[in-house]
Amino acid sequence: MRVWKFEDNINTDFITPGRFNLTTNAKELAKIAFIEHRPEFSKEVKEGDIIVAGKNFGCGSSRETAVVALKACGVKAIFAESFARIFYRNAINQGLPLVVLETGNIDETDVVEVDFNNNIFRNLTKNFDLKFNFNNIMKKMVEDGGIINFLQKNGLEAITKL
Amino acid sequence: MSSLVEKILSNHAGKEVRVGETALVEADLLMAHDTTCAWAIDPFYQIAKKVFDPKKIVVPFDHIFPSSSTATAELQQKITKFCQEQGIEILYDGVGHQVLAERYQTPNSLMVGADSHTPTGGGISALTLGVGSTDIAVLFATGRTWLKVPETINIRLNGSYPNGVYAKDVGLKLMGQLDPKETDYRVIEFNGPDLDVPSRMTLCNLCSEMGAKTALFPADHQSAKYLSENNRNVKFEQLRTDSVSDYFKTYEININDLEPMVACPPHVNNVKPVREIEGLELNQIFLGSCTNGRIEDLEIAARILKGKRIKPGLKFILTPASRRVYDQALDRGYMKIFSEAGAIICNPGCGPCLGRHQGVLADGEICLSTSNRNFPGRMGSPKAEIYLCSPATAAVSALNGKITDPRQLLGKAAPKEVQVQ
Repeated sequence: MRVWKFEDNINTDFITPGRFNLTTNAKELAKIAFIEHRPEFSKEVKEGDIIVAGKNFGCGSSRETAVVALKACGVKAIFAESFARIFYRNAINQGLPLVVLETGNIDETDVVEVDFNNNIFRNLTKNFDLKFNFNNIMKKMVEDGGIINFLQKNGLEAITKL
Repeated sequence: MSSLVEKILSNHAGKEVRVGETALVEADLLMAHDTTCAWAIDPFYQIAKKVFDPKKIVVPFDHIFPSSSTATAELQQKITKFCQEQGIEILYDGVGHQVLAERYQTPNSLMVGADSHTPTGGGISALTLGVGSTDIAVLFATGRTWLKVPETINIRLNGSYPNGVYAKDVGLKLMGQLDPKETDYRVIEFNGPDLDVPSRMTLCNLCSEMGAKTALFPADHQSAKYLSENNRNVKFEQLRTDSVSDYFKTYEININDLEPMVACPPHVNNVKPVREIEGLELNQIFLGSCTNGRIEDLEIAARILKGKRIKPGLKFILTPASRRVYDQALDRGYMKIFSEAGAIICNPGCGPCLGRHQGVLADGEICLSTSNRNFPGRMGSPKAEIYLCSPATAAVSALNGKITDPRQLLGKAAPKEVQVQ
């Protein structure tokens, strides 16, 4: 599992730039993730890798393709100091785990482990653990694979029980 | 005691809801446009056959309209087929946020739109929430959505605008000052001087760049005036936040001391006074967008450009926000002023703001824009630079071909009314 480190204010134009954002196919979207700013990302990212970022991750446009592309790349979770709200909701709906965490002391070369059973982020290189909170609705959506699967399984009225 | 936001959400939840609670609310109006709607169709058909109420849904084609390529034409064809199947109205009349304010939104209503600038409707005192495509698909099916009732930050604007300073400059200043960690998942309630609804829309539009969930002004006589100007007879309550203690925080902003501002690349929070970057040579200027494509914005530019020529070699792209704005600009003679000045006039819509058509930037090009985002790659090449400013700064800079403080031309006196025969 590799850490992909990003700075503050990563916007959705950065993740899936508008002029490439012209398909509803998740596999095609995976190829354009960070295409202009970090072109090696979509080629080298592996299933189970994580993104670690600063504050305001996912700011800008409401385009859900930013979440779909990262999930389709195999990104397992995103850890950031804060998330822009529409991106956060889109991730809930797609079942991609987002976790608010103090990320300043985590580097791209660090070896890390994430324990979602006990909500602990372990930095094995620097030898520290960070405990995190995992939003209940997000947890449910991650387990069900997103809100569409959840509503298909439980019926539309299940929206009243979130 | 409760906030304005709690009151509006309670009215739409069918019970009293408070900050921090998860509420299930019923929306009065839904919107998705020619890009976000495309991604909502497949998830919608996975959970439903018919939309909950086609009369409460509008789909403006504004982002890449008319289509710029076969790929965009096919997305729009897919959306058109969906809307025909469901009996949903498609609008070809400009930026959705503007057309919705002109025709559909009402004070204290709840609207959800699949676009991050949906909060523009806070200018007409609706609670307007931006979401992504899956959220809007679920709303198309159920008319309802869940949300955590947000806290409110009160921003009190004090004083009056100095010459050459407008609502956009206030918005830019706030984008530079507010910390998205603080505004995250909070609503901004603006209070203060007697701003007209178009200026309120500009400020609320920029709340996404300030990091807030949405923004709104409490409804008052200005809302009534705007509704009446748009030939709408709508009665509404003047709902208010009960007490200062209902706010998470209050900021007092003195606009007497403000000067024309600009957001420099690479992020919306890199905000400086225009005078600090005066003289920067420009390749393109964009006047328009959901932030500043209204008739009031065009009027400011028309006053400045009347009888003058845009600097040769500079592309000055003008995009009225809506068909109504376009018609008003024709009626008032502004279009003739712009055309004679050398402007490139486009159809109502989003224009070049999102880098898909009508002025896509090349490597190294520099664009001054009245829109709301300057991220690298937003308007085309990631090696182009975008600077965000007010319509006055854009128009004055168009004469010089360089970024120019509008006070250079406007001086201290207010510009006179445009007299058009």
